[in-house]
Amino acid sequence: MFESLQKKLLDVIRNVRGMGKITDKNVKDIVRQIKLSLLEADVNYKVVKAITDNILEKARGTNVLNSITPAQQFVKIVYDELVSMLGSKEAELRLIRRPSPIMLVGLQGSGKTTTAAKLALLLKEEGKRTMLVAADIYRPAAIEQLKILGEEIGVKVFSENNKDVMDICKEAMREAKDSLVDAVIFDTAGRLHIDEDMMRELENVKRLIEPDERLLVVDAMTGQDAVNVAMEFDKRLDISGIILSKLDGDARGGAALSMRYVTGKPVKFIGISEKIEGGLERFYPDRIASRILNMGDVVTLVEKAQRVMDKQTAAEFEKHLTHSKLTLQDFLDQLKEIKKMGGISSLVDLIPGDFKRGLKASSVDESQLKRIEAIINSMTPEERRNTRILNASRKKRIARGSGTTVADVNRLLSQYEQTMSMMKKFVKGGKRFKGIRLPF
Amino acid sequence: MKKILGKLSNALKRSREGIFSKIRDVLKRGKVSNEDIEEIEELLILSDVGVDMAEELTNELKERLRENKMASPLEVLKEIMKEKLRDGDMNGNITHSKPHVILIVGVNGVGKTTVAAKLAKKYMDEGKSVLLGAADTFRAAAIDQLKIWGERVGVEVIAHRPGADAGAVAYDTVKAAMARGIDVVIIDTAGRLHTKHNLVEELKKISRVIRKVKPSSPEEVLLVLDATTGQNAIKQARIFKESVGVNGLIVTKLDGTAKGGTIFGIKKELDIPVKFIGVGEGIDDLESFDADEFVDAMFEGNLHE
Repeated sequence: MFESLQKKLLDVIRNVRGMGKITDKNVKDIVRQIKLSLLEADVNYKVVKAITDNILEKARGTNVLNSITPAQQFVKIVYDELVSMLGSKEAELRLIRRPSPIMLVGLQGSGKTTTAAKLALLLKEEGKRTMLVAADIYRPAAIEQLKILGEEIGVKVFSENNKDVMDICKEAMREAKDSLVDAVIFDTAGRLHIDEDMMRELENVKRLIEPDERLLVVDAMTGQDAVNVAMEFDKRLDISGIILSKLDGDARGGAALSMRYVTGKPVKFIGISEKIEGGLERFYPDRIASRILNMGDVVTLVEKAQRVMDKQTAAEFEKHLTHSKLTLQDFLDQLKEIKKMGGISSLVDLIPGDFKRGLKASSVDESQLKRIEAIINSMTPEERRNTRILNASRKKRIARGSGTTVADVNRLLSQYEQTMSMMKKFVKGGKRFKGIRLPF
Repeated sequence: MKKILGKLSNALKRSREGIFSKIRDVLKRGKVSNEDIEEIEELLILSDVGVDMAEELTNELKERLRENKMASPLEVLKEIMKEKLRDGDMNGNITHSKPHVILIVGVNGVGKTTVAAKLAKKYMDEGKSVLLGAADTFRAAAIDQLKIWGERVGVEVIAHRPGADAGAVAYDTVKAAMARGIDVVIIDTAGRLHTKHNLVEELKKISRVIRKVKPSSPEEVLLVLDATTGQNAIKQARIFKESVGVNGLIVTKLDGTAKGGTIFGIKKELDIPVKFIGVGEGIDDLESFDADEFVDAMFEGNLHE
C-alpha cells in the first residue's frame, strides 16, 4: 500500500539525512523531489502544488535551518503535511437514526457492491443488525451478486426485481423499520459523475431515504481525475465520507490524498483485501502517514490481532506457552489467526521499516504456510498433541493425506522442535509472553 | 488554508471543463512563452500522461517550434501526440485459422465483462459467428452477468458453475468453437489485481490449457484499462504483458471526464497499442482506435466533453 510513494519519499529523506546542513538552495531541490514523488503517485497536480508550497515555507523557517538535527525537523514537516492532507483525525461513522440509512455511491467498477458487503459484515461484527439493499437495477446480475455476498456473510439482502429504484428504496426503508434493523446499506448503481439523469436519480434517492452517511467509493488506482469525481458527487449529494477501495494492489493512493484535500470530506474506510472478511479497515490518517514514511503502524497491528484473535484461543495459547507445552494444534490455531488478519504479507506492511527489511528479503511464503496447515490437518488429535508417536508409517499416511512428502513432514517436525526448545529457554529466562507471538 | 482551497477548487473547475480545450486556448494565444510551456506541462500531467511523458511532449514541442517558427503550436503538439500513439496496421484483424481466440484480461472493475459482450456484438455485426466463454468463475454473479449480456446480443455463452476451474471453462469454449466452426471466441476472465500472484498464474494456466485444443491460441490477449486509472496503469500493463503477453489495450470509460492519458506511457514503455476504446454505456459504444482521430477529438472536445 502506497509503496511507490513511500519508496520515493524515503529516498528523499535519506538524502536529507545525509546533509549536514540544510540550506535555502537544497531545500528547494528537496521540495522539487517531493513534488515529483507525489505526482508520480497520482496526487492531483493542484494539491501537490499547495502542499509543496507549504513544506517549502515551513522548511525555510528558521527552526529548521538552524536546528542541530535538520533532517528530523524536515521529516516532521513532511509528516505533518501528509497528515493534514489526509485529514487530521479519524472519522467515525455517524449512525444517528434507527434504522440508519447508509448510501454507497460511485463510478462503475469502483467496487461498491463488494464494499457494501464488507461494510455490512463490519457493522454486524460490531453487533449492529444490518440489512443490505440492492438498488443497482442497471448492471446485469448486480442484484444477484449482492444476494450471494449477503448469504455468505449472513446479512439479509433486500431486493426486488423489475421495480424502479425509488420504489425499491422506499420499501427497503419500510422493511428495515419493521424488522428493527440498526443500519441499512444501499448499494446504488455505478454512474458517471457527468451523467445528468443518473446523478439526479441519486439526488432523489437521497431525498427519499435521508441517509445518515453518504459514502463515495473510489478506486485507489484512480488518477488525476479523482478530484473531479469527488467534487461532483460532493456537490450533488454532500457526501459524508470516502471509501478507498482496492488498496491491496500497488496503487499509489495519491487519489486518496487529493480527494480529502479538495472536498474536505474524510476518508473513512479503506479496502485492503478481496476477501469480504477483514477486507475493510477504518482509516487513520496519522497511521497511514507513518506507513508512507515507513515508520510502521504498530497500533493497527496490535488492534488487528486483538480484533480477530479469539479470546479463548489466546488464553489457551498463552497457558501452553508458559508451560512449554505448545502443541501442533496450537500451531494450527495460530495459522488460522494469521489468515484471519489478512495473511502474513498484510501484516508485514504494518511493521516499522528497519524490521521489515529482513522480512521482505526472506519473502514470507504464504504457500509454505498452506502446506504446514495441510500437514497438521492430516494428523489425528493425538498426533498433534504428542509428536513422539509419529513413526514412519504414520508420517507416510500424513504425507499422503496432505499431498506432501515425508520430507516435508519431517521438516515441519524439526521446525516445531526447534521452536519448542527456543520457547523453553525464553520461559526459563522468566520472560512472559503477552499477546501473540508467531511460533515460526 | 481556506484561501488555498478556494483557489484550488476554482482551478479544478477549469480543468473539469476540459484539459485539452485549455491547452488549445493557451496555444492559440500566439507566441508560446516559457510560462505557457509550463502551463501546458501542468495540464498534460492532469490528463494522467505522467510527469516524464508531459516533459517529453513539451520538450519536443519547444524543439519543433524553434525549428519552425511559422508552425501553428497547436497543430505541432497534436502531431507529436499522434506520433506517440500511432501504430502500423493493427485494427482487429482476424486470423484465418478458426477460431480466433481473444482473452480479455484486467484488474477488478475495469469493465471486462461488458467489454467482452460489446466485442462479441461488434464481430457479430461484421457477420462473424461468435462464442463467449465465462471464465470469471470467481466474482459472485459474474457468470450471470455475462449470460444476460449474451442473451441481449444473441451470442451463446459457455459457462460452468461458479467457483469452477477457469481453465476448464476456457478449454470447453474453444473446443466447442472448433467443433462448430465458430469464427471468434471471446473469453472473459476474472478481474485480478496484477499483484496477486495466484490469479496471474491462473491466467497463464488458461492460455496453457487452450493451447492444448488450438496450439496457436490465444490469438489476442486484450488488456482492459479504465480510463480513470492513473500511473498505476503502466504497472498493470507491464505485469500482464510479462505474464500472458498482452498485445492490445481496450480503454474503457472514456465517456467520463478522465482523459486516459496513461496510454501514452504504455505505448512508449511497453509498446502495447490501443485497439478499442469504450465511449459510452450502450452496447455499440466500443470503437476501433485511431490515433489521429483520437487526438483530434481530445482537442475538439467532442470525444466526451
